[in-house]
Amino acid sequence: MGLSFMEGNEAVAWGAVEAGCRYFAGYPITPATTIFNTMLQLLPPLGGSVIQGEDEIASIGSCLGASMGGLKAMTATAGPGLSLYSEHISFAIGSEIPVVIVVVQRLGPSTGSATRGADGDIQFMRWGSSGGLPVIVLAPVDVKDCFSLTMHAFNLAETYRCPVFVASNKEIGMTRESVDLDAVPRPAVVERSGAVPGRPFLPFEVPEGGRVPHFLPIGGEILVRQTSSTHGADGYITTDYHAIGRNQERLKAKLESAVDRFSFHESFTHKEADTLLVAYGVTARAAKAVHQVLESEGVPQSLLILKTLWPVPETLIREKAKRVKRVVVVEMNTGQYVREIARVLPDKHVDFFGQMDGRLISPNQIREVVRHG
Amino acid sequence: MDSLLNEARPPVFCPGCSHERITHALDTCFENMGLKGNQIVMISDIGCSGLFDTFFHTHAFHGLHGRALTYGMGLKLARPDLHVVVTMGDGGMGIGGAHLLSACRRNLDMTLIVLNNFNFGMTGGQFSATTPPDAQVGSGFLNRLERPLDVGRVARSAGATYVTRCSSYGKDLPEEIEKAISHQGFSVLDVWGICTGRYSKRNKLTPQVIEEKLQALPPIQGLVEENAREEYGRHYREVAATLKPVSPPAKIEKAFDPPEKERREVILLGSAGQRIITAGEILCLAGLTGGLEVTQKNEYNITVLRGPSISEVILSPDSIDYTGIDRPQVVLALAEEGVQRRKSLFSDLDENTLILQVQGVDLPPMRGTVHRLDFKGQKIKSTDWALAALSVLAKLNKVISLDMLRAALGNRFRGQVLESSLALVDRVKANI
Repeated sequence: MGLSFMEGNEAVAWGAVEAGCRYFAGYPITPATTIFNTMLQLLPPLGGSVIQGEDEIASIGSCLGASMGGLKAMTATAGPGLSLYSEHISFAIGSEIPVVIVVVQRLGPSTGSATRGADGDIQFMRWGSSGGLPVIVLAPVDVKDCFSLTMHAFNLAETYRCPVFVASNKEIGMTRESVDLDAVPRPAVVERSGAVPGRPFLPFEVPEGGRVPHFLPIGGEILVRQTSSTHGADGYITTDYHAIGRNQERLKAKLESAVDRFSFHESFTHKEADTLLVAYGVTARAAKAVHQVLESEGVPQSLLILKTLWPVPETLIREKAKRVKRVVVVEMNTGQYVREIARVLPDKHVDFFGQMDGRLISPNQIREVVRHG
Repeated sequence: MDSLLNEARPPVFCPGCSHERITHALDTCFENMGLKGNQIVMISDIGCSGLFDTFFHTHAFHGLHGRALTYGMGLKLARPDLHVVVTMGDGGMGIGGAHLLSACRRNLDMTLIVLNNFNFGMTGGQFSATTPPDAQVGSGFLNRLERPLDVGRVARSAGATYVTRCSSYGKDLPEEIEKAISHQGFSVLDVWGICTGRYSKRNKLTPQVIEEKLQALPPIQGLVEENAREEYGRHYREVAATLKPVSPPAKIEKAFDPPEKERREVILLGSAGQRIITAGEILCLAGLTGGLEVTQKNEYNITVLRGPSISEVILSPDSIDYTGIDRPQVVLALAEEGVQRRKSLFSDLDENTLILQVQGVDLPPMRGTVHRLDFKGQKIKSTDWALAALSVLAKLNKVISLDMLRAALGNRFRGQVLESSLALVDRVKANI
């Protein structure tokens, strides 16, 4: 069994290609640039397109165009670019355009520090769009996850017709490590559902009993309309507030009611534990390391590593926290996801430890919090 | 062929609006070209020009203000056979200025029709990028202070291969649009018109006045010879067809037993130009030849030719969780810049940490075990110090063996570079 040596950003690109991505557009930004570099190596020889947009707005805008043209599309950026993506994220949510958005987070606010990591955009990904409707956010822990979660991201984008984020971090994206990619479990690739034969196609008509419209590309035999305006099933502007309200509820429910099907995580449950440690992203690696140390010190605790952050996997969190009195949340920011944990677990004592100074949170820091509060 | 107008959704413009004339001219053009609705995508953005996609039985894509050309880029690359027709107002052209410039520079086969009526009609007649300074508009005196943009001249100087400036009232408008759509590349039509709802209430603008204004300007009409070149999409596919698919990531098999059985953490502290990151990579590759798991984390300044360069490497027989290094087993002190950047590291060290200190690099007070190296005395250039230090490490049988290091170099380099680096590794003396 040989091992390869690559960084998380390269693994994202390989995962994207494996998932069928054939369009990538991005604007150079540290620490996401190596995704662009790798895609530029991989896609054009396969007949796909890689574009360096004039800015982030054009990059994601062209992804929406390519996606509606029938290609699986991806873009990648960091916080400052995510800020510029906002209007098109809203568009992709409201108009149900599949697209994968990789955010390799760096230390903010604003331009912050280009070469230092943080998980400071976790709430921004969820709420940084007009209308406030949900998105899917997956958070890789290592190179293996960068590969497999990117594949899942494409599958989810196609299944639910929505933008899906891969919330990476400089400390994962630009850290190189040994990996056996062949051993990484890869999901079956999901393709778009097409239209129902023998029925007139309406671009936003929802099939009986379902929540997601069928998909036909712009440019095929049958005419397809796409619009960022409030629309009915036919893709034309509507003022019917019953239809509008139903549609908003559907856009919310299609993701929030389905999250149990894609609540990616890792967990270590200890029967005698009275504390559950919750972490995600690169911090989960320190949490795993300290979990073993605490075990050896005779301090039993359980560990939950969340890899689906949005919609909040509430069922999973409640289940894993069932036996414990106390939950410790550790993240590379000043306290973002802990809000969700505290909301979902109102009857637990929730402690928080955060650090946002460009350094990794170390196993020792977590140990102190778990042991001494 | 039949009209592609959507009878169920007739134009809804203000009476007398020139947009309605353009709608019909566009339809006549489609008819004359014999196009079917599914051969066309109408792309629009915000404002009155944003209504255009609803009037036609074609594919349609309506999006955010000024961004229509960005959607067109993705669609045209995904569907090269599709006729991409983009309508934007002078407002969208202003807010999407960067996209206009880039579309001109790229020359992807799309047609942009700028419905230029010199103001933001939908929001109350505010001034746009093309409003004349002497116009009375909804932005008070502000337009008096700014100079309007000449769309045609800007497009030409940005590299557009086809640009025409014309009036909505020209009898040959369908033919003008047809010529633009038939052009193999990016074509821009700057079509001047009248916003009866807002602009012409306070400004004297009639078809006659438009004609006079156009006549007073140097003509911009059709092909721009000095910009003539290949269409972007076809060119892209041509170049891409010559590229070879990339092989899957290389794999390195275990070939040697590493000298140490435990997790080992190594920090390389150097400066830009010392090939620190490459040395870190070689150390990792050496680890792989010993069947170890490895991680590499780097730190360097944004301006890469100056300042500290640091690489943190972990080699371990077990999977590596935490990738940070708090107390390394080995520090390679190769330059002042790196040592200074991580000086806080040294206070925690004890005698279990081996420090390879190149002569001339000062260390903060600390308790590590120092092994001094006189690389200058051995006539080794500073650019080779990092690799030379790895060689010393291997010769001391710490972390990696010489076999592992040589195999790593064989993985990373070829030809002359491989030979010279192997020679360097051989000649480095582990002791002063």
